[in-house]
Amino acid sequence: MSQQQFMQNPWSNWMKGEGPDSDIVISTRLRIARNLRQHPFPLLATDSQGEEVVRKVTEVAESEALRKRHHLQVIHMDQVNPLEKRVLVEKHLISPHLAEESRKGAVLLSPDESVSIMVNEEDHIRIQVLLPGFRLNEAWEIGTKIDDIFEKHLNYAFDETRGYLTSCPTNVGTGIRASVMLHLPALVMTQQISRILQAINQVGLVVRGIYGEGSEALGNLFQLSNQVTLGMSETDILSNLYGVARQIIEQERVARAYLLEHTRVTLEDRIFRSYGILMYARTVESKEAAQRLSDVRLGIDLGVISDVSPLVLNELLVTTQPGFLQQHAGQKLTPDQRDERRARLIRERIADTERPAGT
Amino acid sequence: MNCEECGKRPATLHLTKIVNGEKTEYHICEHCAQEKGDVFTGFHNFSINNLLSGLLKFDPMQKSVKESTSTKPLRCETCGLTYAQFSKSGRFGCSDCYTFLGDRLDPLFRRIHGNTQHIGKVPERTGGQLKIRKELEQLKQALQKYVASEEFEKAAEMRDRIRALEQKMAQS
Ligand SMILES: [Zn+2]
Ligand SMILES: [Zn+2]
Repeated sequence: MSQQQFMQNPWSNWMKGEGPDSDIVISTRLRIARNLRQHPFPLLATDSQGEEVVRKVTEVAESEALRKRHHLQVIHMDQVNPLEKRVLVEKHLISPHLAEESRKGAVLLSPDESVSIMVNEEDHIRIQVLLPGFRLNEAWEIGTKIDDIFEKHLNYAFDETRGYLTSCPTNVGTGIRASVMLHLPALVMTQQISRILQAINQVGLVVRGIYGEGSEALGNLFQLSNQVTLGMSETDILSNLYGVARQIIEQERVARAYLLEHTRVTLEDRIFRSYGILMYARTVESKEAAQRLSDVRLGIDLGVISDVSPLVLNELLVTTQPGFLQQHAGQKLTPDQRDERRARLIRERIADTERPAGT
Repeated sequence: MNCEECGKRPATLHLTKIVNGEKTEYHICEHCAQEKGDVFTGFHNFSINNLLSGLLKFDPMQKSVKESTSTKPLRCETCGLTYAQFSKSGRFGCSDCYTFLGDRLDPLFRRIHGNTQHIGKVPERTGGQLKIRKELEQLKQALQKYVASEEFEKAAEMRDRIRALEQKMAQS
């Protein structure tokens, strides 16, 4: 795949909507932070020191052992324009930090975009595995194998007491951050979400959601991830996250069933209104788009709407973001222009994939 | 309320982050949120610097550092980071900073992670004999457990594996 295709093609492997519990877990992400001994961390490194790290890391990526697993392509941050960087951020392939602040940053990408390795982000190496559905163990297996190959060729900064040494004290130890992106509309609608968020902080996990006015998270999407990286093994971290996510998934299912049973008409009305707006609106703000897409997605998962593919919605979550809209338009757009384009894009994609009812 | 990032526009997005039981709220405007990148990648590391330097400011260890300046080096010999810089940025300059700051990091790690010692993966090559030592520790614990519960067959198995590992260590 060419660099251009990574920017133009909206599809990443994680959007495929496959995998266990994909009605609630949109994606699973695992990140492994590693650093090289005797090299200053990226925040302090000079340009030439940064270049040296990129060179060393890309050499390993081109080595036989890694080639056998993943054909990674290198994209240097100083060779992509700000809009393209933003698209990579919107596809979750790089962090905003790598896009904005790293001087000698690079990213190594697998063709299906399930593996992306950031070089000179906050740490020298950040291996990221991004899979559709709820697949923590699989993500760890892929990530740890890549880690092993790098370790064979590079001198990692590792300490017997502190573990893998990282730039930020919040990542030291295992250096792993595992997260699942959860779609929790029913827990939000039944107002149970705050109770659950409260409980989660007791167990070394953290939830991020963005709140608009009122209490609704944008698109009802929540990212659940581990907070502790030191003093817990990788297995413990992953099984802890797995267990808590499992419980949240079950509670969301119970809440969905409850809503369907007790408030079916209200629920269907809400879902179909959102569907109508997405099919016919001429201008949609990103916040509203996220909410309507969430409603329609819930409708599909509950079998209320049967003529739209859930994959369209995964794709639209990404392609209706500002960077993607502008990349698609080939120019910078004002917020009003974006709202108009967003509405058109959604209309077209839904019409495109609509299947005759009942099939 | 005005946006915490730009201070100009009204804050319309309210982000709640819970770290080890401490709830922190951020209030920013939509514009700044979009500048930060896409909304559901969400604020990765957003303001974590501030959080950390907040932790360090109220940390009693800072006082002890000042007291002991005559004996301990003032900056990391490899990258030149000083304690003051570290407590301001909350970031290390290189992996040797961990050695330079040493035990002084324990209170910080305890607050962030509730722990100070790594017990996870050990790299095959750069981890040296640590990997074997850790395995030995685990086997010895298992041995004790089996002895206590009088599962002698399993205990014997553990004992054999311990012997084999100890031989391996002696050889390398
Ligand atoms: Zn602002
Ligand atoms: Zn240093």
